[in-house]
Amino acid sequence: MTNPNPSRYTREQIAARVAQDIPEGAYVNLGIGLPTKVANYLPAEREVFLHSENGLLGMGPAPAPGEEDDDLINAGKQPVTLLVGGAYFHHGDSFAMMRGGHLDICVLGAFQVAANGDLANWHTGAPDAIPAVGGAMDLAIGAKQVFVMMDHQTKTGESKIVEQCSYPLTGVACVNRIYTDLAVLDVTPAGLAVREMAPGLTFEELQAATAATLLPPVK
Amino acid sequence: MIDKTFESIERAVADIHDGATVMIGGFGNAGMPAALIDALIEQGARELTIVNNNAGNGDTGLAALLAAGRVRKIICSFPRQADSQHFDALYRAGKIELELTPQGNLAERIRAAGAGIGGFFTPTGYGTLLAAGKETREINGRMYVLESPIHADFALIKALHGDRWGNLVYRKTARNFGPIMAMAAKVTVAQVQKVVALGELDPEAIITPGIFVQRVVQEAV
Repeated sequence: MTNPNPSRYTREQIAARVAQDIPEGAYVNLGIGLPTKVANYLPAEREVFLHSENGLLGMGPAPAPGEEDDDLINAGKQPVTLLVGGAYFHHGDSFAMMRGGHLDICVLGAFQVAANGDLANWHTGAPDAIPAVGGAMDLAIGAKQVFVMMDHQTKTGESKIVEQCSYPLTGVACVNRIYTDLAVLDVTPAGLAVREMAPGLTFEELQAATAATLLPPVK
Repeated sequence: MIDKTFESIERAVADIHDGATVMIGGFGNAGMPAALIDALIEQGARELTIVNNNAGNGDTGLAALLAAGRVRKIICSFPRQADSQHFDALYRAGKIELELTPQGNLAERIRAAGAGIGGFFTPTGYGTLLAAGKETREINGRMYVLESPIHADFALIKALHGDRWGNLVYRKTARNFGPIMAMAAKVTVAQVQKVVALGELDPEAIITPGIFVQRVVQEAV
């Protein structure tokens, strides 16, 4: 399962890669954690509308130190800013944007993604874990395209891309594209299609690191 | 003359009874009506069912209400956080019931109660643990889960300005659950930074019309 000579994208490179696939004019929700890094790689001249489920569109970067406002936070409860042209709204409207199919793209982290696009990212299922779900299930079923960005394997080397999720599901067959430190994969009716691989990685090595059957890249 | 303003925060929460279902606005601490919660702790009502997105942050507000042992059950989407120690301890000790609901279902269930909806089908949660045992239906080729409204006896919310008719405007992302909770409760109590004269709020900009608000109380300055 392990690549003796790993060639991996860094997390920053994954974030930059995801940002390449977000076009001007897109309404986008970046999930808590790793996906928030994507915002750093959206070029300033590309107008993209960032949504935060606690009630804002047109989310800007973190404020300068000393300029934080307790009433202006993101879904991770971190202080943010509002761009010129941005808007505030209540939770009913905010989740209508998500659940009603108005967001073009959401980017989520994951524990596991299955070959059919099943997503597990809210609960490990451990008996002593306190469950918390937030807006993950709403994003998973509501956005027009669901991108997952995550490490390809766990810290102990197990594939996070699987034939069937062993963790409790967030959504059924909802993921469209997966960005990892090893590859970019599309969930297609025929199976997981390899779009890109980390430089120097062979398809055989990628398959060996992945616990689901992959379709080789189309040359 | 209709005047929904209360001089005293204590009087504004005085009739919250033991066993009441109380919606509390806020997303984390943004929009949390801390003065009303402090008054509720002081007032002493017990065995409450609380509806909030979270289950308290730090040691103040909702976290303090939990720590005081007043809450029997909480309906929320995201209890576990770095600073949710009071909820965590109660939950692990089996001293609080948790109804976990996806955040969008929470919002829509509250909104549905306010809009007179008896239930609704949503794709959120289909095929997950949080839909276990619930009625499902295929509609136009997609699977949906039946969810029920959440009604409350009281809603405690925070707004920026309010007038004596109960019209409210909010501030930035502190708006969050305020407008929909105001719709869903029999009695909505709004804590505002400032009570303004009737006519001072731009009618085009009022977010919560006064029909949804029974009491307005100004924070201590």
